[in-house]
Amino acid sequence: MRTTDSRLELLRGSLPTRNHNARTVAALAANPGCARRGVMDAAGIDKTALAARLGHPMQYGQSPFAIVRGHAFEAQVKADEGAELRRLLAEVLGGAAQDVVEGEYTELGGDPADEAAPADETDPADPAGPIDEQAPHNEPAPDQAPASTPAKRPGREERVALTRSALRRALDTARPELCAILDHPLLPLDVAGTRAYLEPDAMACVIAGRLHIVEIKSFSVIDGNADPSKLASASRQAAVYVLALQRMAVELGHRADMVSTDIVLVCAKDFSNQPIAALLDIRRELAVTRRRLARLARVEELLEPLPTGLTFDLETDPDADPAVAAAALGGAVGSVPAAYVPGCLSACELAYFCRAEARTCDTGHGSGGLVGTLGTGIRGQLGGIDDIGRALDLADGKCAPARGEEEIAHLLRRAEALRREVLGAPRTGAPAGAGPRTGAAS
Amino acid sequence: MSAVSALGRLRAAATGYAQPAATVRHRHLSDRPMVFVPYAMSGEAFAPLAALVGDDPAAPHLLVVPQPRDRDRRFTHVTELAAVLVPYLTEYFDKTETVERRNDDPYERALDAPQLIVPSPAGVEYVGLLGRSTRFRRPDGDYPVHPDVPLLGRWSTYLAERARTPGSSVLLAVTDLLTQAWATGQSDLENGELAALLGWIDPAPGRSGAEAARDAEGAPPAGPTTDPEFDARLNPLIAGFDAAQRTGNPRDAARAEERIRDTLGAELMPTWERVWRGLELLRELPAGASVAGRWETDRMSYSLFAHDLASPDSRPQPRIPGAVAAAQQLVRREQAQARLEMEQLRDDPLLMAEARLLGQAFRGEVVDVEADRMVTEPGKKQARPRPLLVVHTSDEPLLSLDAELECVERPKAKAKLLAVTDGPDGMREVTFELTGGMGRGKNPDEGSVPEEGEVLCWTLAASGFRGGPKWPAPEETPWTHGGPPESSTPDADAHEPEDEIPTVPSQPAPPPQPPVLPQREPDEEELAAAAEPWG
Repeated sequence: MRTTDSRLELLRGSLPTRNHNARTVAALAANPGCARRGVMDAAGIDKTALAARLGHPMQYGQSPFAIVRGHAFEAQVKADEGAELRRLLAEVLGGAAQDVVEGEYTELGGDPADEAAPADETDPADPAGPIDEQAPHNEPAPDQAPASTPAKRPGREERVALTRSALRRALDTARPELCAILDHPLLPLDVAGTRAYLEPDAMACVIAGRLHIVEIKSFSVIDGNADPSKLASASRQAAVYVLALQRMAVELGHRADMVSTDIVLVCAKDFSNQPIAALLDIRRELAVTRRRLARLARVEELLEPLPTGLTFDLETDPDADPAVAAAALGGAVGSVPAAYVPGCLSACELAYFCRAEARTCDTGHGSGGLVGTLGTGIRGQLGGIDDIGRALDLADGKCAPARGEEEIAHLLRRAEALRREVLGAPRTGAPAGAGPRTGAAS
Repeated sequence: MSAVSALGRLRAAATGYAQPAATVRHRHLSDRPMVFVPYAMSGEAFAPLAALVGDDPAAPHLLVVPQPRDRDRRFTHVTELAAVLVPYLTEYFDKTETVERRNDDPYERALDAPQLIVPSPAGVEYVGLLGRSTRFRRPDGDYPVHPDVPLLGRWSTYLAERARTPGSSVLLAVTDLLTQAWATGQSDLENGELAALLGWIDPAPGRSGAEAARDAEGAPPAGPTTDPEFDARLNPLIAGFDAAQRTGNPRDAARAEERIRDTLGAELMPTWERVWRGLELLRELPAGASVAGRWETDRMSYSLFAHDLASPDSRPQPRIPGAVAAAQQLVRREQAQARLEMEQLRDDPLLMAEARLLGQAFRGEVVDVEADRMVTEPGKKQARPRPLLVVHTSDEPLLSLDAELECVERPKAKAKLLAVTDGPDGMREVTFELTGGMGRGKNPDEGSVPEEGEVLCWTLAASGFRGGPKWPAPEETPWTHGGPPESSTPDADAHEPEDEIPTVPSQPAPPPQPPVLPQREPDEEELAAAAEPWG
């Protein structure tokens, strides 16, 4: 384990680290076959900074409008010690309304408006917060704000301790009819040996002593329908919270299954600000997250084939040509195999780099790159032929199929013959004449 | 996707230039389409930020909401939008032709219909949201709006609903049209952004399609979702507008609003130009043979809807259709899908190539004809002409014996497959008998039997999609489907609570109005407006 840690440290060098949050932990489940991503995540490398150094910067960000609206909605739902939230909880959890109106309301976070939306699905950037105590050798990212003043907000470990004691109090002393609400608790979760801090919007301890994670999202549910991608993203995030909460419950001597796998999602109704709540079963997402975290813990298997002494923190000579430096770094990153698919574009900060690499990958069959850059569907259809140039050479009869490729090669040759019958020879150059084109289909 | 279309994408990736994905255009394009490029504020369910709209590429109307969180301004925006859209949507209504129908009264069908073009499928969704958020508004009551607001709401709802009918062309996304016509060397996800897609298809001189697509990746998005970085630039401008409003200096406010207008106009303009460029490219493709027929059903649907809208009993489309209406709608859409697939296949040899590759069709030369063959079919007394044909093809048909066939070049001909045998040089010989399209006489009509040497394409006959189950009346909805709908739910939506932003003073609510009309249940006429005449 020690050697794994030191190898990861070597890989990272003085590169800025990224602190995981629910969104980044949830994103770990995307493209689990990618070794490059696995290594980066395990080493805690800030991929945004790395992508910029590679010359393929990628901007993820969240609109200030969406952040403002999200905070306003959350504050509205939690106003008056969660009076509205209690009403919604009674509604979806089926308890009598009077059973949830009472109970402790523990404020464990700061003013939500002070935070840079730590758990938001579209914002992979970590909130400006204290630097991870577990990695004191890391320098903060240049854009990272100084650690928040302890006078204003307690440190993260302190908040975890507060959360733990509030939870213990709620679980041990709660009468069944009371509903304790923990506002912005901070839950720790070990991600590949590094401690991540997760901050659910709220967690409620309701009737029969079961714990429920509450996720407050400002997107709307119109006529009972929400945007499926936003819903999926909320489920993935909530699964991370449930996992962290289960671990804390076990620490406190309770059973993991006392944390409900049905989370309470609070959204805006139709075109109004009126909140509505629904239960969301996140068992599937929970299983995926658990598997992915277990896999990250086996990062040594990913490190094993890599050249010893590999680092992504190359000396940056200020006078050097940035393109040369980027190429050298690209070589280092390129030595860790990636599995680029178009879905990476919405899940990984390195996607532009990996895409460029996949597009220019040349196996001696001409340009085009890897079939996977076009989508997973087409890759599946070509049954094991990964290279675009090779697929075209097979279609053109320029190379012989390998064993097991006879069928797909036959299909490609026939498809090419049919295309030529209908269209003539493929267009390989610029369209004839600039400006308004003629014969665009030929 | 079959290997034929996959090869187009592979070839595009390898050459750096888009490749044809169709030989014809499968959707109708109006001579005078209305282009609509909307932007909405992030994080809100429906808060218009700006729109470019118009039917003249050189003169778009720029509509801007300087404070999108203010609901009054939101509806002012819809009123401005209605001033452009409603006259366009209604002007086709009066010029009609009378259509006779079997077993039904004749009706008036518009000679042409409006066509709204948006950049991407998200724009189509936006039109639906526009409809949903405005059609229940009322010009009276607690939150009165301009009468054009609910009117445009119903039109938008109609267009967005109609757009869900496969093959319809009243509301189209340019990215859909372009990806149907061209294959690029990038993924579907990347094709969803108009700038990159058009880069592949129509690169600037001296650039390859692949390069042009990469160049376009930093371009302003086609919307309605904005670029977060752009929002960060816009945010202080909106705050500046709010501040100017508070000071009450109209000149400051006007200046702040002008700044917002300029910023949004500059961000939207590239998309506006790309939409028109895309339409220009698509016009160069000939329309498929059956496009006019499908546009005819769009014209009918338009006429029925406009007719219903003019009736005094007309009510907004319900939020959720009743069980019977939903089932009818589903069947209609399935039928439209089947019709579309069948027609596109016959219109486009490149799509037919995919069917041939899959063994669902074959094309080849007629090498043998036994024109005077007569067969007495079991159970029949009289012998009927059943000419025997042999077609020589390089295709590999995978059709079951006795399969019913149709011919692309001779649409009337019907045939039954008898045998497929391997011929010389890896070719196949397909033997089949003609069963229809020869007239009613004892001998086949003159010219109805193909001759030797003709090159013909045969495919599986389209399964009939006429008729459908008999539907119960809405009031007889079975209990399995929720039972009869309640007849008079109060129109709650007319007073749907809206979020008000505290910074902008809202107008005092007028005195309450008398009770509103009962909420109407799914309207038969409206549903008929989406109907397809299969007779």
